[in-house]
Amino acid sequence: MPTTTSIQSDQSALPVRGSRSRKRLSESEAFCGLVFVAPALIGFTLFYLLPTIRAFYIGLTNWNLLRAPKFLGFDNYARLFSDEKFWSSIWITVLYVLYNIPIQTVFGLLIAVLLKRLTGSVVIRSIMLAPFLISNVIAAMIWFWMLDPVLGFVNFLLQSLGLGTHAFFSDENLALPTIAAINIWRYVGYTALLFYTGLQSIPEHLYEAARIEGASQWKMFGSITLPLLRPTVVFVLVTSVIGSFQIFDTIAVTTQGGPGTATRTIVWYIYQEAFSSMRMGYASAMSTVLFLGLVIVTLVQMRVLRSGESDLG
Amino acid sequence: MKTPTSRIPIGRWFGYAALILFAIISLGPLWIAFKTALTGPNALFASGGSLLPQDTTLFNFQRVLGFIDPSDPHLAQTGLAKITFFRALLNSVIFTAMAVIPQIFFSATAAYAFARLSFPGRDVLFFFFIAATMIPTAVLFIPNFILIHDLGWLNTFQGMAAPYALMTPFAVFFLRQMFLATPRDVEEAARIDGATYFSIFFRIILPIHSSSLATLAILTTVSTWNEFFWPFLIGRDESVRVIAVAINAFRTQQQSGVPDWTGLMACTVLGAIPMVALLVFFGRKVVESFQFSGMK
Repeated sequence: MPTTTSIQSDQSALPVRGSRSRKRLSESEAFCGLVFVAPALIGFTLFYLLPTIRAFYIGLTNWNLLRAPKFLGFDNYARLFSDEKFWSSIWITVLYVLYNIPIQTVFGLLIAVLLKRLTGSVVIRSIMLAPFLISNVIAAMIWFWMLDPVLGFVNFLLQSLGLGTHAFFSDENLALPTIAAINIWRYVGYTALLFYTGLQSIPEHLYEAARIEGASQWKMFGSITLPLLRPTVVFVLVTSVIGSFQIFDTIAVTTQGGPGTATRTIVWYIYQEAFSSMRMGYASAMSTVLFLGLVIVTLVQMRVLRSGESDLG
Repeated sequence: MKTPTSRIPIGRWFGYAALILFAIISLGPLWIAFKTALTGPNALFASGGSLLPQDTTLFNFQRVLGFIDPSDPHLAQTGLAKITFFRALLNSVIFTAMAVIPQIFFSATAAYAFARLSFPGRDVLFFFFIAATMIPTAVLFIPNFILIHDLGWLNTFQGMAAPYALMTPFAVFFLRQMFLATPRDVEEAARIDGATYFSIFFRIILPIHSSSLATLAILTTVSTWNEFFWPFLIGRDESVRVIAVAINAFRTQQQSGVPDWTGLMACTVLGAIPMVALLVFFGRKVVESFQFSGMK
């Protein structure tokens, strides 16, 4: 009888033994498990685990990729705390997130409720999803054209309404909200579909019971819909805030951080430091701080939204 | 009886009106891009506020795809720079296929191991995989760029596809959930009949989960086709650059004077067509896949 021990002893002798022992090895659950997981484990190690450790290490050096990295200890981190550009880019990013997330979430919820109440039509859901299927770059390019100060469709529209034309991307006060608006346009339908799925899972009998007791629509929304939708809200907020903090594509296509520094968000600044100034060390130090910042933001969100608790029961 | 129904109709009409408005906002910009792409380059100045293409032509599509001879007087007359978008479309297809197909296969093998087989270190490893979903791209891109640079893989498809080809934490997590949600009966019966784990994976797991695999394929294909940041770092050369990188390059090339809007819009329409086609032909499956992408 092949026992666990005999399989293990077969392993070391595999190359010289016949096909019988190989067959037995291929029947070992542990061996098969490791074989099945091996390619993914290699990918995980090379492109997730080691890079995360290495990002921290590079952050401790001065490195332009041409000469050998010079070890600095925590100098980059010390410098970062007195770098005005770093703090201004953090502030711009926070402002961007504040423009982006509340509007996207509220409108996403509104569309989801309308879909739930009025129509579950796949066609209308497809239309809402369409902007999300188009890349950030294409979305940015289309809006860059629509908002062109000379020929753009939006400016023709504004002019015919007597509101005058605006140079959306070259006005310091308008550039960041404009980029936020483009991303709201791209993501709001997807957000709505996630909320719609959450709404579908709320049992109908709760509403019926509330109706019998004479509860108003608003009352039901506040005391049934929102609490039961909380797991979805947590998921949507956590993922969209993390994504929003890393805004890059739209800025690369439209303003490239400008006008002046009006749209120099944190990932754009990190990218500039790494690939325009070739300061890999300093850029990595900033990315590590961003990582820690995002972990804290996520934990705070989960705490505030009480993600672990359930309202059912 | 005084029920909410008595006052719903007005609310309902408002609701429908709002939905129609959202639908117009959703599709309007795509239409403007399309009508601009169909507008003759010389009619562009006069057509800004129009909802329909002026001097309607396929000329822009033909020229960005390289179907018009460079010596063609029509092309010379526009004075526009050469756009090589056909190559970019092809590159996007190659990049997407190289990233998505092995990713789904190897994520499925790993998900099967995590869901059904016990091996040393399984739970710790799975915890690490889940934790990896938290790591922002902003942390990974510098070390990953250096790795690809050191391998001599800059401006190659393997360099662009490598980080996606063996796994993504989301793909493994998603498939594991799907595999766990089905009963083990069939697999256990097959074990008793002497089937190996390999034949169970290929003959039972993959076929019965074809719908989940299709869902994952849709999600991954869309996100890979649309990926910008990583291909932008690794593959800027014309021979490998994908549509998003090419469009960004065309736009930044034209610093002086008026951008070639009709050409750029033809590129954006061509780049969006595969994804829009996916939505048109597999609407329900695509919509449900994205709705499902938020489930835990």
